[in-house]
Amino acid sequence: MRAAAAIVRKDLRVELRTKESVPAMAIFAVTTFVVFHFGLDRDSLEGELAAGVLWVTLLFAAILGINRLFVPEREQSGFDGLLLAPIDRNSLLAAKASALLIYLVALELVAVPVFAIFFIDSSFWEAVPLLIAVMLLADLGIAIVGALLASIAVNTRARDLLLPILLLPLLIPVVIAAAAGTEPLFSSPVDTSSTGKWLAVLALYDGVFGLLAYALFDFLMED
Amino acid sequence: MDGTLFGRGLRALSAASIVAIATALALIFFYAPIDADQGFIQKIFYVHVPMAIVALIGFVTAGVFAIQHLRTRDPSYDARSYVAIHMSVIFGVAVLVTGSIWAKGSWGKWWVWDEPTLVSFLIVFLLYVTYYPLRYSIEDPERRARYSSVFAITAGAFVPINFIAVRLSESLVHPRVLSATGGSMPGEMRFTFLVSLLAIALLFATLMKLELTSKHARMQLKSLRRLLEAEDEERSPASSPLATVPAKPQ
Repeated sequence: MRAAAAIVRKDLRVELRTKESVPAMAIFAVTTFVVFHFGLDRDSLEGELAAGVLWVTLLFAAILGINRLFVPEREQSGFDGLLLAPIDRNSLLAAKASALLIYLVALELVAVPVFAIFFIDSSFWEAVPLLIAVMLLADLGIAIVGALLASIAVNTRARDLLLPILLLPLLIPVVIAAAAGTEPLFSSPVDTSSTGKWLAVLALYDGVFGLLAYALFDFLMED
Repeated sequence: MDGTLFGRGLRALSAASIVAIATALALIFFYAPIDADQGFIQKIFYVHVPMAIVALIGFVTAGVFAIQHLRTRDPSYDARSYVAIHMSVIFGVAVLVTGSIWAKGSWGKWWVWDEPTLVSFLIVFLLYVTYYPLRYSIEDPERRARYSSVFAITAGAFVPINFIAVRLSESLVHPRVLSATGGSMPGEMRFTFLVSLLAIALLFATLMKLELTSKHARMQLKSLRRLLEAEDEERSPASSPLATVPAKPQ
């Protein structure tokens, strides 16, 4: 646990100094909103279209960050150092998933207000707590599966080409649940009755892939 | 390794699947009644649904073989896992094509998004197609087997979760021929369906065995060739530096 915390601190410090991932993800997200504005030719969005635009944008922005997740480890032999250190290998997985979770939250702190200013006309203040719950559970799922798949892809020849095609189908259930869960929150009047079901689906996804990643990560770190 | 390990029983299995397929075809066209609602097009159901079931079982089985591989480190389990995915992807193409034809025939559209089973299958198929680029972009055979196994297990667990998520998101507007409870199929249809399922499963097993046998034979040939090259080199010790380069076998 202490090792994981140390790796997270290292990653966050590197990110704060180089400002490599999160700003790029945020710029990408805002630009994608603009692209959607012209692509869909809409000045405001609501309901399922709003949820869809938001989640597709967040997902693609997340992939940008996931692609960079293990790059310092590979380029500067961080893997060797971690394998030599007397720590549980899973602490690397926990650390990378946590760092990614923090990146995603940071991304959403920028992207969601911008999205609301750009596209949302109806007031959805009362839905904000539920929106935060859906986002956190979805982010957790993206962080777990993203960290696992990034550690697979980083050791292959086709790295950054391979990661999106591996990751996108695996994250479709997250997009389904997150978009369906946020859709009624962007409708007027706000309807929160079905969101609980989608929170449960997201929690199930997070639980299953969390356990799976925990069980399988060791096998990826043997050399 | 035993050379006949994978080849044993291949002939009997092939014969069994030929008989089963012939029986299933005969039952489909001469025994099963014409569906009152959908007419003749409904007969594609006897090919489409068994193939989908067999392909999904194949995907999950590949995950089980992958678990076995990670446990025992036996490369033959990795080969089984790979071939199971390979065959299921091929069957998956057939499932999507027959499903599309069926959709066109009975609903008038080549693709329908509100049929959760079909959509789930497409997502699973898209995930497993990425198994090939993953596998072929890792050179070290030991690591390739390990990484492919991790992917196969993750994807195997993904299959049921994906079905749950897609099913929840779609409203069930289309009548289901085979519902969760077994449906209201008449006896003749059900019997024909079960025979078709058996035939397709046997076909899958035969193709999988064939592929494993040929893979195994190819690997043995390669190692024999390597052995022969080494022997050649020993027998004629090189005097000139040129002779130390081993001759490429034609």
